[in-house]
Amino acid sequence: MPSRIPVSLQVNGEVHEREVDARQLLVHFLRDDLGLTGTHVGCDTSQCGACTILMDGQAVKSCTVLAVQANGSTLRTVEGLAQNGSYHPVQQGFWEKHGLQCGYCTPGMMMTAVYLLEQNPNPTDEQIRHDLEGVLCRCTGYHNIVRAIQYAAAEMRKAGAATETRAS
Amino acid sequence: MAVAAPPKGVFGESVKRKEDPRLISGKGQFVDDVRLPDTLYVTFVRSPHAHARITGTDVARAKATAGVVEVYTGRDVADIPSVPCGWLLPESDLKIPAHPAIASDTVRFTGDIVAAVVSRSRAAGRDAANLVQITYEPLPAVTDAEEATKPGAPQLHPDVPNNTGFHWNAGMGDVDAAFAAAPVKVSLRIRNQRLIPNAMEPRGIVANYNQASGALTYWTSTQIPHTIKLLLAMVMGVPEQKIQVIAPEVGGGFGSKLYLYAEDLAMVHLAKIHGQPLKWIEEKRESYVATTHGRDQIQDAELCATADGRITGLRVKVFANLGAYQSLFAPGIPTILFGTMLTGAYKIPAIQGEVLGVFTNTTPVDAYRGAGRPEAAHLMERIVDRLAQQIGKDPVEVRRLNFIPASDFPYTTPTGPSYDSGDYAKALDKALDISGYQALREEQRQARAQGRLMGIGLSSYVEICGMGPSKVVQATGAQAALWESATVRVHATGKVTAYVGTSPHGQGHETAFAQMVATELGVGFDDVDVVHGDSGSVQMGVGTFGSRSMAVGGGALHMSLTKIKHKAVEIAAHLLEASVEDMVYEEGNIHVKGDPSRTKTIGDVALMAFMGGGLPEGMEPGLDATSYFDPQNFTWPFGTHIAVTDIDRDTGQVRLRSYYAVDDCGPLINPMLAEGQVHGGVAQGIGQALSEQAVYDDSGQLLSGSLMDYAIPTAEMLPDFQLGHTVTPSSSNPWGVKGIGEAGTIAASAAVVNSVVDALAPLGVTHLDMPLTSERIWNVIQSAPADGR
Repeated sequence: MPSRIPVSLQVNGEVHEREVDARQLLVHFLRDDLGLTGTHVGCDTSQCGACTILMDGQAVKSCTVLAVQANGSTLRTVEGLAQNGSYHPVQQGFWEKHGLQCGYCTPGMMMTAVYLLEQNPNPTDEQIRHDLEGVLCRCTGYHNIVRAIQYAAAEMRKAGAATETRAS
Repeated sequence: MAVAAPPKGVFGESVKRKEDPRLISGKGQFVDDVRLPDTLYVTFVRSPHAHARITGTDVARAKATAGVVEVYTGRDVADIPSVPCGWLLPESDLKIPAHPAIASDTVRFTGDIVAAVVSRSRAAGRDAANLVQITYEPLPAVTDAEEATKPGAPQLHPDVPNNTGFHWNAGMGDVDAAFAAAPVKVSLRIRNQRLIPNAMEPRGIVANYNQASGALTYWTSTQIPHTIKLLLAMVMGVPEQKIQVIAPEVGGGFGSKLYLYAEDLAMVHLAKIHGQPLKWIEEKRESYVATTHGRDQIQDAELCATADGRITGLRVKVFANLGAYQSLFAPGIPTILFGTMLTGAYKIPAIQGEVLGVFTNTTPVDAYRGAGRPEAAHLMERIVDRLAQQIGKDPVEVRRLNFIPASDFPYTTPTGPSYDSGDYAKALDKALDISGYQALREEQRQARAQGRLMGIGLSSYVEICGMGPSKVVQATGAQAALWESATVRVHATGKVTAYVGTSPHGQGHETAFAQMVATELGVGFDDVDVVHGDSGSVQMGVGTFGSRSMAVGGGALHMSLTKIKHKAVEIAAHLLEASVEDMVYEEGNIHVKGDPSRTKTIGDVALMAFMGGGLPEGMEPGLDATSYFDPQNFTWPFGTHIAVTDIDRDTGQVRLRSYYAVDDCGPLINPMLAEGQVHGGVAQGIGQALSEQAVYDDSGQLLSGSLMDYAIPTAEMLPDFQLGHTVTPSSSNPWGVKGIGEAGTIAASAAVVNSVVDALAPLGVTHLDMPLTSERIWNVIQSAPADGR
């Protein structure tokens, strides 16, 4: 048997210490070892983006990261999007604007959206479409995904403005 | 402050989906999320050759791999029955060669299974699969359907001369006379290229066989769980009452999850041997060769017309690629679902269609997103445009001239079907209106004057949906039931569960059916849940394909709701000491006509039905009903789509500037969901038109074997879609609905190609085959007969 390597990482606010095979992919670690099956495997060539998560704040395809490479990292998956029982604005947007159909690409699509809105809180439709190049959807034609992300962007700007008003 | 009332969630409202909270939270359960203790993993070893004889197998090293339980080759499992084909075309020379689940003698495409590894972990299975030694004697291969019929072509099956799996003919009228008399004739040779479905979730199976009880629990990513149950019973001999098939969340299907595959037979066979849960999850590159493909037709089409463009005859000959074996519904796709739709939206007096189904050393081809109808619509809409170009008329006017008029419905076509209802000109007019067609043509005139390449393309489609009357479909040879079922159970507290036989994979049935229940029973949308996809809880069913779920499944639901209302009225009348004839059922209240104060709610009645004590003499307790709906006819959605493109003369790049879609699927149950279906379908049609293509080399290797090489549309490739609707109810079901799942795909490829041909028309271009990659367009521009500036 290949040797096992200890890893320690934080996922959705919880610290996990495990031993993993050197060759285990992060997505399989999340799904098989931690039971976080919300992150999906859609391909084996890093194209589809269904497995996209946030690793230390960066959107990464977790099928293209070894579990050992994530040692010491802070991860956020779809299961960690909602806070205190409230959906993240991106989740709200996908629900409000019918941004999903079969739901298989959705976790990766939403994590990508969270990342792109952190980078650009006020994107144009064209910028959203460009930034979604690493995630594929076969059901929606992306039309409502763009609407969903714009909805989330507006909600997040509103919340940001409210926070600023309270602070001032 | 006034609080807004929550949406009632009735028929016609764009309510948010019931499915979404679990899916946006990562709490949906897809097949790979099913975790059972002591699960073993199955890894299939597949042929790297497109055509070869197996000369030897050696599994010793694979078996010795740590974590491997057993390795099976074809010889070890020779008693697995042949993979079935279930569409037995009548009056044809249909041939169904043996299709071994695991090949032991000859392999016929690069996905053919040659061995199966059972292991304690996925990784061990992968390690061992690499160590299975199969030696082959390669044979010559053929991948092109027309080439495969020629003398000297490699032969796939010993009992199928010229690789011809069937001949099929359809039509009516004197086509030869029509052509002899016609002043105008146009012809096209169209390659409708092979597509790879690419549901985002590949296939997967968990099979758990209890050797003590003989019970089989079977999770599979399928569109037809109930049909899979029946097929496993009939083919694999598991007593049907001991089988439970569950389609959990299904991550897209598009027709590719509609069959009993070789893997199904192998999984059940191995599950019986091992007696513990077995899991197989298809990998994506595996999916590219192992899951059915779509389209792949070579079409020779000729059309004749009067000088002013009235179509008088159509002649079509098609080579339809079947791949290496007859998949479950394969014979029906290029025949019944293609050939009968050749007439399209037009009145054509004489039609002749001939289809050859041809075996090649490629992945089997079966239904894919539209299934035969996109191929028919593309052909018809291309050749109608060709006619317009030939006689120098606006393609709008040629369409309008030939449309079946609204006054002619129901209309029986020369190929046999009877269209239920339609107003094709109305949808066309709406599309012209929302696209600003006249302004676009004016802009095009200016663009052309400046040497710019701008195109406007139309596609006016009609599709056969709402599959269908069992009797009619069975008469075409389909060994399938086509009714649908629904049970409605009103609980004692007035909450409702509907159990439906359809099996969604993204369409939003839980929402749409709940809207239907809320509408009829007058209960709250949130008080209704819909159960589907589990043969252990749903009475019976057929499945979701052919845009049938709302038309046929909705029909069954309507029948059960009607029965519930009748019983509820009887109970209310009894409680109110009134006669049944005097009762009115209105928005969940059952009151005496003219006296709304004498009323019972559906909740009151449900509790009474459950308690039983106060019911009318002789009435059974309970408030539920089960119904089976087998429609009298199919449904025939239609519409017109318009695509506007700009072409970069220097690079050949096609920019799809805007896309307009006007569809008529009857009344919209949930406009937001219906529009979502159109968006996705249109994206697929655009994908076929611009970028998607399965490519084999001459030896039968799939060159476009992964998402790196096969270009499904990305967000950036697509425009916003501008949608419109007309509403022409169907007479085939009580809701008047027609189905919307496939419309976009059926319309879109022709709209885009017509647009690009239109853009390049000043250069003398009359036809282009898909996909319209920049390389193809650049070459066309370079070799164009006219400069067009």
